[in-house]
Amino acid sequence: MTNDILLAGFGGQGILFIGKMLAYLGLYEKKQVSWLPSYGPEMRGGTCNCSVCISDDPIGSPLVLEPDQLLVMNTPSFDKFIGTVKVGGKCFIDSSLVEGKSDRTDIDCYYVPATALAGENDLQGMANVILLGKMIKETGLGDEETIEKTVKKVVPPKKAHLIDANIKALKLGMAQ
Amino acid sequence: MSELTLMKGNEALAEAAIRAGCKCFFGYPITPQTEISAYLSKRMPKVGGVFLQAESEIAAINMVYGCAGSGIRCMTSSSSPGISLKTEGISYIAGADLPCVIINVQRGGPGLGGIQPSQSDYWQVTHALGHGDFHALVFAPSTVQEMADTVTKAFDLADKYRMPAVILADGLLGQMMEPVAFDEDAEIKMSDASNKPWAANGHGNRREHNIINSLYLQAAELEEKVVARFKRYEQVKASETLAESYRCEDAEIVVAAYGSVARLAKSAVELARKEGIKAGVFRPITLWPFPEKEINTACENAKKVLTVEMSMGQMVDDVRLALNCSRPVEFFGRTGGVIPGPAEILNKIKEMMGGDK
Amino acid sequence: MPEFKRPHALCDVPLHYCPGCTHGIVHRLVAEVIDEMGIEGDTIGVCPVGCSVMAYDYFNCDMLEASHGRSPAVATGIKRANPDKFVFTYQGDGDLAAIGTAETVHAATRGENITVIFINNTTYGMTGGQMAPTTLPGQVTQTTPYGRNTSVEGFPVKVCEMLSQLDGVALAERVTVIDPKTVMTAKKAIRKGFEFQKNKQGFSIIEVLSTCPTNWGKTPAQALQRIRDEMIPYYPLGVFKEGAIR
Repeated sequence: MTNDILLAGFGGQGILFIGKMLAYLGLYEKKQVSWLPSYGPEMRGGTCNCSVCISDDPIGSPLVLEPDQLLVMNTPSFDKFIGTVKVGGKCFIDSSLVEGKSDRTDIDCYYVPATALAGENDLQGMANVILLGKMIKETGLGDEETIEKTVKKVVPPKKAHLIDANIKALKLGMAQ
Repeated sequence: MSELTLMKGNEALAEAAIRAGCKCFFGYPITPQTEISAYLSKRMPKVGGVFLQAESEIAAINMVYGCAGSGIRCMTSSSSPGISLKTEGISYIAGADLPCVIINVQRGGPGLGGIQPSQSDYWQVTHALGHGDFHALVFAPSTVQEMADTVTKAFDLADKYRMPAVILADGLLGQMMEPVAFDEDAEIKMSDASNKPWAANGHGNRREHNIINSLYLQAAELEEKVVARFKRYEQVKASETLAESYRCEDAEIVVAAYGSVARLAKSAVELARKEGIKAGVFRPITLWPFPEKEINTACENAKKVLTVEMSMGQMVDDVRLALNCSRPVEFFGRTGGVIPGPAEILNKIKEMMGGDK
Repeated sequence: MPEFKRPHALCDVPLHYCPGCTHGIVHRLVAEVIDEMGIEGDTIGVCPVGCSVMAYDYFNCDMLEASHGRSPAVATGIKRANPDKFVFTYQGDGDLAAIGTAETVHAATRGENITVIFINNTTYGMTGGQMAPTTLPGQVTQTTPYGRNTSVEGFPVKVCEMLSQLDGVALAERVTVIDPKTVMTAKKAIRKGFEFQKNKQGFSIIEVLSTCPTNWGKTPAQALQRIRDEMIPYYPLGVFKEGAIR
């Protein structure tokens, strides 16, 4: 099994962070994983994306050009990548930020108003984690215990007070 | 105990250096290798090591020269344009027979080029890493774990043969995270000069003064020094080549690739196998010395060889030399920071094998 | 009376310097200081590219030969790895103030705990007398055949004055070695530099106004006189900065 995942949005939305969550989730599920960010000037506020591979076998290319799963948090990324999703793949879209809808019928699209949900649930800045929760639910990537372990690992010590909020956001996403 | 943790390739290199006893790091900021400096600036003071941000790439490599000359394990890292600046110092290091480790996290060139991954410094690192007759050991890891493992090897062999060792990575390997294991309980021990009787670290009134030098004004004397060094290189060639052959046993086409591109090539080979093409990957891990014997073994059953690089074709020269016209060698590459996708590589494989699949 | 003899820190070999060149005197002063402080076994010297390129054969302590201008960086590498050892560089004006300016300024401003012996003879001696960064206005050299024209070649670098502005510098002193009195002062300055280093007080530089009779086209005596008549007026002797920085 190989799960090639592409996460994309603007710099500052926490795309790389949820990529890291995913990679640890895979690691704790005893899979082979890789995480590859786009880097450069886009880190300073432009578009930003991140390739995550989760596989039973050693990972060849860590660069995801044709994702099994796509998560997008802005319109430019949606427009750019929606066509690259593999047939039978899944796409997770923050519908608060992306107005368009895909006309592809060979993939499953999930429209989650993640940014709005974050605002309504006192989880400002965690739209990314909410959307990731939806992806985890639809792909069955990890159980509750693994998810908790992952969050504790990836939330930096300085932000330890946000662990509960992250778990809440994931669960909220999974409930969508 | 060692728990698998996710680390960027650059960070793994840095942590591995500390664990190899690298006491001093001297560097200058440049993308895409800055995580190495950032990591070591945090870690070094905590383990009794030295991190110093130099005023220039040139100063950094000369700090390495001084530190290595005093018998202490040390390292610098940079990316392509910065390595060009360091080549003067590397030549002096080679000329004075000093061991050290130099990391090149390659980006696109020439000139300022770009900051995306590239392999266009192959010629430089294997053939012209500075003026004069010399070589450096060159390692090309292709996973984050291998980045870490290679650092120890590089320090050990640099010491053994008293020559600079280069780890040739690229922006992709430096920036990507993969699981890596370090032994949490291992004692961190900084190197000293105790096993380096040649070191200029103060003679303590116990021996004649040591001189670290690359100047020999008498032609015959300089020739003797260089010839002696090349005899050592012959030993290195005979015993230190490293390579990986992946599904080459029955391969009718072998893809030769190193570093991150070897990973892409493996993906392409898997795709090719699904289409019934017997393909394999030959991956040199040492670029100098180039694993000549190993590539000939890997290509025993191959009708054709394809070299894939993130350049316009540099390693392909060494592949051709090593195979000595025994079979056709073609090249496919992307450059400027563009990463060749497995599908592109597959197309080239199919194009080459189309006639006699 | 102490016997006048070769200091132990100076090797018993013929020096290659030209007659009337003051390198030999400065070498001797450095060696005497090393002897008197009893630190030969703990001292590592770095020599430059220039006339004193082969000083590694002349000093009895461990020595490294640096590439052109990089001595302060090389010394930094040694010192950071061996903070309890004495590290000095011995550099000429082209090495220190032209090709190696960046290394000099940054080692100084870092307060690198090393001692720099800087030989200023207003010319590139080894390559045959070209214009140096310290060549005086009007001075004829191989590459300023009509005299250094400041509107074309710019002005000389006053190294001690420049470095004395940096917070990392513990000692910046200009001396010369043209008679017994100045030789004694020069030795004191060098000793001070090494003492500062011993006390981990920061960067010390001792600039020595020196002769180059061969490339100046003068006799040894005339060369000494030129220092008095032309160099000291432009490069005044004295202490430009002195004081612990740490």
